[in-house]
Amino acid sequence: MIRKTLRTLVPVLTLVFLYAPILILAFFSFTNATQIGMVRGFTLKNYITLFTTEELRSMIVGTLLLAFGSAILATLLGTLGAIGSFYSKKGVSSAIRTVNQIPVINADVVTGFSICILLVVVFGISKDTYIPLIIGHVTLSAPFVYLSVIPKLKQMDSSLYEAALDLGATPASALLRVVIPQIFSGMISGFSLAITLSLDDYFIATYTKPATFDTISTYVVNATKGSQTSIKTALWALSTVIFVIVILIVIGMNIKAAKEQKKG
Amino acid sequence: MKFSRKTLGVPYALFLLLFVAIPLVVLFYYAFTNGQGQFTFHNLTSFFTDPNTLGTLFYSFLIAIVTTLVCLAIAYPVAYILATSHLKAKSVIIMVFVMPMWINFSLRITALKEILTVLEGNLAFHPFLNSVIGMTYDFLPFMILPIYNTIVKLDGSLIEAAKDLGANDTGAFLRVTLPLSVPGIVSGISMVFLPAMTNYVVLDMLYNSTYIMGSLIGSYFSAYNWHGGSMIALILLAIICVFTLVSNTSGEEDSRAGGALL
Repeated sequence: MIRKTLRTLVPVLTLVFLYAPILILAFFSFTNATQIGMVRGFTLKNYITLFTTEELRSMIVGTLLLAFGSAILATLLGTLGAIGSFYSKKGVSSAIRTVNQIPVINADVVTGFSICILLVVVFGISKDTYIPLIIGHVTLSAPFVYLSVIPKLKQMDSSLYEAALDLGATPASALLRVVIPQIFSGMISGFSLAITLSLDDYFIATYTKPATFDTISTYVVNATKGSQTSIKTALWALSTVIFVIVILIVIGMNIKAAKEQKKG
Repeated sequence: MKFSRKTLGVPYALFLLLFVAIPLVVLFYYAFTNGQGQFTFHNLTSFFTDPNTLGTLFYSFLIAIVTTLVCLAIAYPVAYILATSHLKAKSVIIMVFVMPMWINFSLRITALKEILTVLEGNLAFHPFLNSVIGMTYDFLPFMILPIYNTIVKLDGSLIEAAKDLGANDTGAFLRVTLPLSVPGIVSGISMVFLPAMTNYVVLDMLYNSTYIMGSLIGSYFSAYNWHGGSMIALILLAIICVFTLVSNTSGEEDSRAGGALL
């Protein structure tokens, strides 16, 4: 009996711990409270502030542009790297695999700091060019794309490529029309991982971004130090919006997975 | 030039060389030179002789160890219960536990901070406790997922065999399930321990003004002291290397990548 209760209680309490703060904040984001606990009425003003304040809007758009831009670059580089290293000699491919592992294991603080030193201090590239920031985010996420694509290459039937060549395809078109479709799911999961990593990053952005540019993370961290209440509560609204988007994506993924399971 | 699949890897190989390997070389150079470009051990010796920086190192380890243990104490039972339950929608339920990691961490910590402020009144009274709560809140999904993945793949017949051979539930758990879930535990630890040593933003946001290793890099960065910052980065790198070597001998390969995946 006790055992059965514990089996339910432990996961439920953990979920409460994980979700209570987000849900409570979501509730208060629809009120005029400036602090949790004091509600005088319900309002959408936080959402209006969120979507009409220029500063907040450009911060959100900038974060999304950076995430998609760096994820596209990372997917291209990582996929090509995976294909290239998969067909290379053992020594070359294991060298690539080892170096690829460094940003994966390394602390983001160290990655960000070392890229800042190389590009900004040694090469003298201005942070205002966004080059250090974009390179930093690609460095963060391309290794994960590589790691998502490699298993798909291993699963692929190697004779498919040869068959395409025998049937008269050029190597380039065989790659594009035979290999890429086979590894596409790996590229997609690498791409989504790259988006998530970029959206969640704080450290690499801090060390490489232009002073006038902010991502959601750097903005929120600075905003919590300031005392501008309207911005603070608008960020509650942002947190709620992101929460809802994540839920929708997860539901969508589950429906898709369920459909595919039915098919197969 | 003849087309070859190998050449496709060249851009990425160059990218890795330029932006992963060379920055580490530069880090080495800066760590062992001074402002005049002369070779020096000063940055290294001053780190290991200054009580402040040694205190920071100690405090980082303390926070990381406590956070990891708390995460493990919560995550293992949760992962075990989910993985061994007979629920049909297990994969959906585990998704619910993992979902918070897709919400921006700074927004999640903001939410936690508001709650803790209501509960405690003034956050400044319990800086260590709050930091551990904050990091646990941030990193818990990363501990649950790999442990769950390991236990759910365990061969159930092993446990049945243990019971047939006379083991009771506790014995079967301690001598079969637990040892076989070690790879998941190891990859979970590696995903929590290192971030807990370096993620100083969680401390900052929860008003803990004590430094951890990450904060040292941050403060050298703000002071444009590249030499001092590089030495801290290098020391962190050394810790990470030792940690990875230890966990690789007992864990799965590519564990972090697998764990970070959906």
